[in-house]
Amino acid sequence: MTNQAPRFWRSIPQRYNLSGTHCTCCNEYFFPPRNLCPNCRRGAHLEDYTFKGTGSVITYTTIYTATEDFDRLTPYNLAIIQLDEGPKITGQIVSSSAGVKIGMRVRPVFRILGKEGDKGIIYYGTKFAPLLEPSCSTE
Amino acid sequence: MRSVSIIGVGCTKFGERWDVSLRDMIAEAGVMAIGDAEITGEQIDALYVGNMSAGRFIEQEHIGALIADCAGLSRLHVPSTRVEAACASGGLALRQAVLAVASGYSDIVIAAGVEKMTDVSTGTAADALAAAADREWECFFGATFPALYAMMAKLHMRRYGTTHAQMAQVAVKNHHHACMNPIAQYHMEITIDDVFNSPMVADPLHVLDCSPISDGAAALVLAPTEMARRFSEEPIKIVGSAQASDTLALHDRRDLTTLDATVHAGRSAFTQAGIEPRHVDVAEVHDCFTIGEILAIEDLGFVEKGQGGKATEDGMTALGSSLPINTSGGLKACGHPVGATGIKQAYEIVLQLRGKAGKRQVDEAEVGLAHNVGGSGGTALVHIFTR
Repeated sequence: MTNQAPRFWRSIPQRYNLSGTHCTCCNEYFFPPRNLCPNCRRGAHLEDYTFKGTGSVITYTTIYTATEDFDRLTPYNLAIIQLDEGPKITGQIVSSSAGVKIGMRVRPVFRILGKEGDKGIIYYGTKFAPLLEPSCSTE
Repeated sequence: MRSVSIIGVGCTKFGERWDVSLRDMIAEAGVMAIGDAEITGEQIDALYVGNMSAGRFIEQEHIGALIADCAGLSRLHVPSTRVEAACASGGLALRQAVLAVASGYSDIVIAAGVEKMTDVSTGTAADALAAAADREWECFFGATFPALYAMMAKLHMRRYGTTHAQMAQVAVKNHHHACMNPIAQYHMEITIDDVFNSPMVADPLHVLDCSPISDGAAALVLAPTEMARRFSEEPIKIVGSAQASDTLALHDRRDLTTLDATVHAGRSAFTQAGIEPRHVDVAEVHDCFTIGEILAIEDLGFVEKGQGGKATEDGMTALGSSLPINTSGGLKACGHPVGATGIKQAYEIVLQLRGKAGKRQVDEAEVGLAHNVGGSGGTALVHIFTR
């Protein structure tokens, strides 16, 4: 992973708590936070907003060949999830590949996302788990 | 604005070119194009080169100056500019060259593209390519390029009933076309079963649904149409040149089964050319993954949304049918040295319109189209050519 500590630290609120923004002019929600609303641009009024994290799977895949940083996780599920407030985000689904379905409801879970080798920092962040099933304790 | 024509073309063999460097390849393609146009270095007003990531692939930036130097033009001090739009860098270099000539600022301009990808490990190459996606909000969570296209494929299958066999047929067809193209990376026929039996990369895409890692370079010489006949007996006119952008991340798109950048660039190019999709005789489209070709023929308006898989299965896009797509073998089988691809697409269309495409010649081809995509659709370029 190319991220270095400052690059990761400055997005900790978004990665840990799904904090984004909401434009009160057009009522669109943004994750990750946008500093400019693409609808209202300079006329926008943006406020901070923390997403509930629940949403639905729009589409997904199971990755068998990954980049070096994610090799140890293969196979893993990656999905585009539409959060209940509207924005779509990319994230991993902690479930067997057979358990993922388009339209499936998911909830956020706090997980390790990566490590900078054995001695570097550990990246934590949000993955997703099926909403109606018991929580999965592994990555 | 002046009308612009292509008066010379050149392209290296694509593939795993262990024996040659980026410098060797760009010089080879450039010399071929300049020789084809029968011009001299003194006549060249400017160079544009598409290159995605020489910084990652060969730890070399400042590619504009490098290629002018390699081309023997450093003592003439010809302005040389590297442009980057991920996998659409070549198409963007062509468009910059078109704008330079059309505006009247320059007369003879080279549009080139080059990528040397095999000097690094496959893992490093994959990570360099992943930089075309959103590093912070896609790659950070484990997204790869095949995974992004796999997610488009999965939704397309669900919505429109597209099958993996239909996608695999794109690879089978493009490998067949590549067997007739001397510069192609692969001269190997494959079957649908070969695709199914190749290792899974990101469900539903297998290895043989994916374009390869390649080395290669290509170059074109552009001139105002009014001057083109002085240099070439068979100049090819560029009658449409359009570019569009969209969100960097796939998840932010309006529709995950449409590349809106392709739709917008396509419409704009067709309007400029004053023609409709049905008038196109031959097209090179961006099949970085098999689903990419299906999306492209829909988004360019050749078939209705959702019908791309069926059209492919029915053979509509094969050589000898109504709309041959990717006669070069496409990115899938001709190879995909990312910065060179957009220029190679134009090279193939020029050969087709000149009637010089050998065994893969499309009968009486008069109108051709090239479609080049950056990333998962953050950039698209469409060029339309006529005899």
